[in-house]
Amino acid sequence: MNWLTEHKIPLGHWMRLAVDWLNEHAAFVFYAISDGLGAMIGAVTDLLLWAHPLALIGLFAALAWWLHRSWRLVALIVPALLLIVNLGYWAATMETLALVLFATAMCMAVGVPLGIAAAHRPWLYQVLRPVLDLTQTIPTFVYLIPTLILFGLGVVPGLISTVIFAVAAPVRLTHLGISSTPRPLLEAGESFGASRRQLLWKIELPHAMPAIMAGLTQCIMLSLSMVVIAALVGAGGLGKPVVRALNTVNIGMGFEAGLAIVILAIVMDRVFKQPERKR
Amino acid sequence: MSGAPAVSFRAVDVVFGKRPNPALALLDQGLDRTAIQERTGHIVGVAGATLDVREGEICVLMGLSGSGKSTLLRCVNGLNSPTRGRMLVTVAGRTIDVASCDRRALNHLRTHAIAMVFQQFALLPWRTVAENVGFGLELQGVPRAQRDAVVAEKLAMVGLEAWKNAYAHELSGGMQQRVGLARAFALDAPILLMDEPFSALDPLIRCKLQDELLELQQRLRKTIIFVSHDLDEAMKLGNRIAIMDNARIVQTGTPEDIALNPVNAYVADFVAHMNPINVLRGASIMTPVDALRTLNGVVMVEAETRTAVRLDGQGGPASATMDGRDAVPIVDYRGPAQVDGLARRTVVSAPPHITMREALEIRRRTGAPIIVKADGRLIGAIGNAELYRGILGRPADRVSDDGRQDAV
Repeated sequence: MNWLTEHKIPLGHWMRLAVDWLNEHAAFVFYAISDGLGAMIGAVTDLLLWAHPLALIGLFAALAWWLHRSWRLVALIVPALLLIVNLGYWAATMETLALVLFATAMCMAVGVPLGIAAAHRPWLYQVLRPVLDLTQTIPTFVYLIPTLILFGLGVVPGLISTVIFAVAAPVRLTHLGISSTPRPLLEAGESFGASRRQLLWKIELPHAMPAIMAGLTQCIMLSLSMVVIAALVGAGGLGKPVVRALNTVNIGMGFEAGLAIVILAIVMDRVFKQPERKR
Repeated sequence: MSGAPAVSFRAVDVVFGKRPNPALALLDQGLDRTAIQERTGHIVGVAGATLDVREGEICVLMGLSGSGKSTLLRCVNGLNSPTRGRMLVTVAGRTIDVASCDRRALNHLRTHAIAMVFQQFALLPWRTVAENVGFGLELQGVPRAQRDAVVAEKLAMVGLEAWKNAYAHELSGGMQQRVGLARAFALDAPILLMDEPFSALDPLIRCKLQDELLELQQRLRKTIIFVSHDLDEAMKLGNRIAIMDNARIVQTGTPEDIALNPVNAYVADFVAHMNPINVLRGASIMTPVDALRTLNGVVMVEAETRTAVRLDGQGGPASATMDGRDAVPIVDYRGPAQVDGLARRTVVSAPPHITMREALEIRRRTGAPIIVKADGRLIGAIGNAELYRGILGRPADRVSDDGRQDAV
């Protein structure tokens, strides 16, 4: 037993060496990414904060109406968002919204093509599956540390961590949607002379659309759940008051900030959820 | 109908699996598919299928499920590829071997020459009826306006203009398959593959769609290969039928050929369970004139009704009597529309290709036997006994009636 503990395999040490090496030799890459992403997300946040809160709420209501044609939904989100303004968390909410939208867009941009590729190549899915399991099960704090070192404090390590954590959802659901395309539909396409590209665009993707949209909403929810953790590395937004409330044992502030997160989650879920399609 | 085969299967074998060669070798040694599957783990879908389908005919591939009929059909447009053999398709005078042609040639066949209708309809649920019908044209890149015109025309053909903006799930099964038909017709392809297209429908709708298909075929004259497991359907639709068993074609022939001369027990079993009244023709159920008793130019047509026909000099029917003395009229048969107007005690003179159904209808109206005439000569007679024998599927069996003639 002693022998076993005395000859510790320096896994942690190796990991640190790897990150250090990256930091020493490829720092400019990470800083460039950090600056680029930081600037983009900053611009989105500024845009959201520049608009008057009431104008934005009106815009969200219009979007909800346009997507769902439901007065009940509009009647839900307008008072909910007004409550956030009333509580004084509007700016933090907009910062979080920018982070979530940005992270979701990145996840979808990576996840959907990856899911399609995996559905067409079983070996790729075999490789991908353990990786996706890993990103979803490793405690998020663990990869927060290297991203913090590589990308520096601020919103970017939070964004990267969020993407790593949430990207599994669109990959898996896209894979599921594409690979569950019924054989007869594909054969119908083939028998009418569809090329592989046409099969993808005209049969597989339309069939997979509900699953991909489910991936989108899941991605949003997963990103929102990372808000508090992202705040620990300085991402700002609604996570910040939660962390501060935790540090100062401030029950009131914790409750209000938490409520704002829940409201944002419900609003985004309802707005982006695709209406059920009848078959 | 010209004589050239539009589709020609030449010794087509289909073996499913990664390494088909050992299975093919065993096939050549004459092993059957169960033995081959046990030895190689490969499934033989079709073995040694040779069949010519002529331009403009409906050829039905018929057999139990698992007999290889769908597999064979799907070779025609390359959804399955023959492991060995040639799969020739002739369009506009050009013959292409689907088994060996390149991707471009195959795609050209699929977009211009061969359309397909599926058992489970295979409509795209996120598209409207019109968008489904236009699917094939859209894949070809036909411009929108032109596409819409074709779609409207084909929808009108299957009677679904009013439903063009509906989605498939809003339609009944029969209507969905009409959309499938319109989608296939939209390509204006000369060859149509139909993989049990009506099997998923309830019997009344199935019958109606069969009638519609026959009606459309009257006008369109496509080369249709139709897969079915229902002999009644095969007999109704097919100009010719190829019966498959255990991956092989066991008999090819016209519906009547197959009904009258099944080659083996498997086919005979099918035939025993079919409804013969639409299939059998006058010529095969009648008692030929040679077997009827003739006395001084008077033929005893049926003993039961004591009907006799006096022949003229050329062997044609001149006059008829019933009950041994009453003169009754002889009327030439012109078609089903005439049947309701027939008076009782009228002897109808019908052509040899009259169906048994028509003969039954006539008998029901007139109560008299039907005489069969070809080239102006009396060639046979159909009375109650012949009709019963036909219904029982034993038209060739005349032995038991030998005594009848003497009873007159």
